[in-house]
Amino acid sequence: MTTTPSERAPHEGAAADAATREAAAALSGVETATRPAAEPVSPATGITGAQSLVRSLEAVGVEVIFGIPGGAILPAYDPLFDSKVRHVLVRHEQGAGHAATGYAQATGKVGVCMATSGPGATNLVTPLADAHMDSVPMVAITGQVPSHAIGTDAFQEADIRGITMPVTKHNFLVTDAAEIPQRIAEAFHLASTGRPGPVLVDIPKDVLQATTDFVWPPRLDLPGYKPTTRPHGKQIREAAALIAAARRPVLYVGGGVLKAHASAELAELADLTGAPVVTTLMARGAFPDSHRQNLGMPGMHGNVTAVTALQKADVLVALGARFDDRVTGDLASFAPGALVVHADIDPAEIGKNRRADVPIVGDAKETIAALTEALRGEHEAGRTPDLTAWWTQLDDWRRRYPLGYDWPEDGTLSPQYVIERLGAIAGPDAVYAAGVGQHQMWAAQFVKYEKPGTWLNSGGLGTMGYAVPAAMGAKYGRPDTTVWAIDGDGCFQMTNQELATCAIEGIPIKVALINNGNLGMVRQWQTLFYEGRYSNTKLQARGTGGGHDSTAAHAPVRIPDFVALAEALGCVGLRCESKDDVDAVIEKAMAINDAPVVIDFVVGHDAMVWPMVAAGASNDDILAARDVRPVFGEGQV
Amino acid sequence: MSRHTLSVLVENKSGVLARVSALFSRRGFNIESLAVGPTENPDLSRMTIVVDADSAPLEQITKQLNKLIEIIKIVELDGGAAVQRELLLVKVRAPLADRTQVLQTAELFRARVVDVNPETVTLEATGTPDKLQALLATLAPLGIKEMAQSGTVALGRGPRSMSGAGTLRPVERTA
Repeated sequence: MTTTPSERAPHEGAAADAATREAAAALSGVETATRPAAEPVSPATGITGAQSLVRSLEAVGVEVIFGIPGGAILPAYDPLFDSKVRHVLVRHEQGAGHAATGYAQATGKVGVCMATSGPGATNLVTPLADAHMDSVPMVAITGQVPSHAIGTDAFQEADIRGITMPVTKHNFLVTDAAEIPQRIAEAFHLASTGRPGPVLVDIPKDVLQATTDFVWPPRLDLPGYKPTTRPHGKQIREAAALIAAARRPVLYVGGGVLKAHASAELAELADLTGAPVVTTLMARGAFPDSHRQNLGMPGMHGNVTAVTALQKADVLVALGARFDDRVTGDLASFAPGALVVHADIDPAEIGKNRRADVPIVGDAKETIAALTEALRGEHEAGRTPDLTAWWTQLDDWRRRYPLGYDWPEDGTLSPQYVIERLGAIAGPDAVYAAGVGQHQMWAAQFVKYEKPGTWLNSGGLGTMGYAVPAAMGAKYGRPDTTVWAIDGDGCFQMTNQELATCAIEGIPIKVALINNGNLGMVRQWQTLFYEGRYSNTKLQARGTGGGHDSTAAHAPVRIPDFVALAEALGCVGLRCESKDDVDAVIEKAMAINDAPVVIDFVVGHDAMVWPMVAAGASNDDILAARDVRPVFGEGQV
Repeated sequence: MSRHTLSVLVENKSGVLARVSALFSRRGFNIESLAVGPTENPDLSRMTIVVDADSAPLEQITKQLNKLIEIIKIVELDGGAAVQRELLLVKVRAPLADRTQVLQTAELFRARVVDVNPETVTLEATGTPDKLQALLATLAPLGIKEMAQSGTVALGRGPRSMSGAGTLRPVERTA
């Protein structure tokens, strides 16, 4: 990349990305793949399937592959050794998959991972499912046992195509070396266009070893794949009329807006409508948190105003969002008075959970631009809504129910404070990758996001262990940007081995370990719904480590000692246990750029994520804090 | 709930049937019958899928099916606008005393005798699911030893086709 990622959104100025999108727009069924015109790809004859694979990956513009070699994929690793495509040798294939996802989410390009057959491939299942749920463009390449051995329960054989059918956008088993360029081109096309998603290409070892010819660009043969990107004009006009007449509109913005690189268009639409905006967990950064119209995150742990605005809205404009259960709560009582405009690139999302009054199928960028245009027409015709009363109401809720937290009564460090300070010090140009659990919610709440591609997390699948490898992938893709993994001690112990990869490969990520010695979110549910019976949520030995015990007179037994673990993995390990040290330790970590850094923030284990809508409950029953039910007042809208 | 017949053109590639059947099972849709066979175009196969669903779930089924990359086109064939047939093979107990009744029943339903021996007669019948149900109900008192029944296959009436010129209108890809 020629631009400084910290100054520009990852999609801007990336020629390869533009070409991908151009191809997306042009392609309908059978077409020829287009690629950057700069470098013509020369054909080759009498090469191996493996060489054809590596040439194909070079031709589609792959910069890096995260992977681990093994028997069946071994032929591919030989030409890869000489390729300009860099390979990052990870420590576990799950790390490869999440690194590819982190890379894709931070750069907007397709992330690539590679693994061998059998267990190598099955270890990719979790990251594939994760990328599928969050619509991340990703290509996984797996070796397979030789064609003649398929179906014989051969050593390291797994039917990875069958296994991954439900968790990929599409997958291929290549049966002939001559198909390799075409399958690779198709895989990248499918992954990056329409609703993005992961695509797996499984290649038997004998196909990699066979002699073949390489020609580029290949013909794409996808007659059944024609994503609709241009919204229907009539639907746009209906939506604009509805928005122009709304008295309590809300723009409900989802991850599709980030996928479509439509933040600029969204800002324009928001300005024109003057309507409040809520950004879902997958859309943090799509609209600046500092913008007056941004109410923040809706959903189970959304703030009171964002949740209640959806509940009281008369028109919901859902843009690249999918009415996930974590946003709607009990569906029957979700936004009961609202007419719904639902715009999504995936027609199957429209009407899946909530009936749409105005359905719009299309790319978010084109759709939002068209909506703005149509709405301008409405305004010129004198139909300009007065939202003063709505804003008076919203501002009152904002004033009365701001996001906040209490300091732990036992004097331990507040995890929310740590995350809030991290966001303030690292700033809006940094990239933040979270694991899953309490720390993820706090990171979504208390870090202020101003730019697209700065917040990475596992939203749909809720994959613990996502943060460290995703941060690694993001840092690889945006080396000039500070990348923080905000992780919990439970998550961290699932994938921290990738810190060795980071240390050896020169990928200096930073990890803020929010260490409460427990599986915090599960513990929170046990506190609230299981009478405080903490069954199997304490990660420390009884009576030691984390939470209260760290302040006890005797020195806590730390298992593991995360500072020592970090050092053992080639990182700088730091520890912070008191409020007074938080800023200094973050600044110290910010100053280290030649090695990965892990800060073990030892925090209290009683902190809880608030607000909260209990699972299955109505959004109307949101609790601002424990036993604190917001009062919305009489006679209000 | 009501029965709907979906005629689905798919790429003739390995694994397509697995994708379709897995989609139905993981999304909790019920398949009442499914028949797969070749078409006039060797690159395409036709799946005829009968589902029992209300209209909203049906819309979700077709949208999810349309997302499968190897699915080319989906048309709903229903009621009088389509010809729908199933094939039934049924082995009926037919000792001499009952044999005439079996053969008369076969004639009534225009079923053909395709195998005969001293104990049983095997009949072949085609027709709508209702007709075949009626045949089976009539034969049941005589003693059905074994039966095999195909899924429904169907084609739209009239000169149009799903793939050629003047094609049938596909189930909307948009909402």
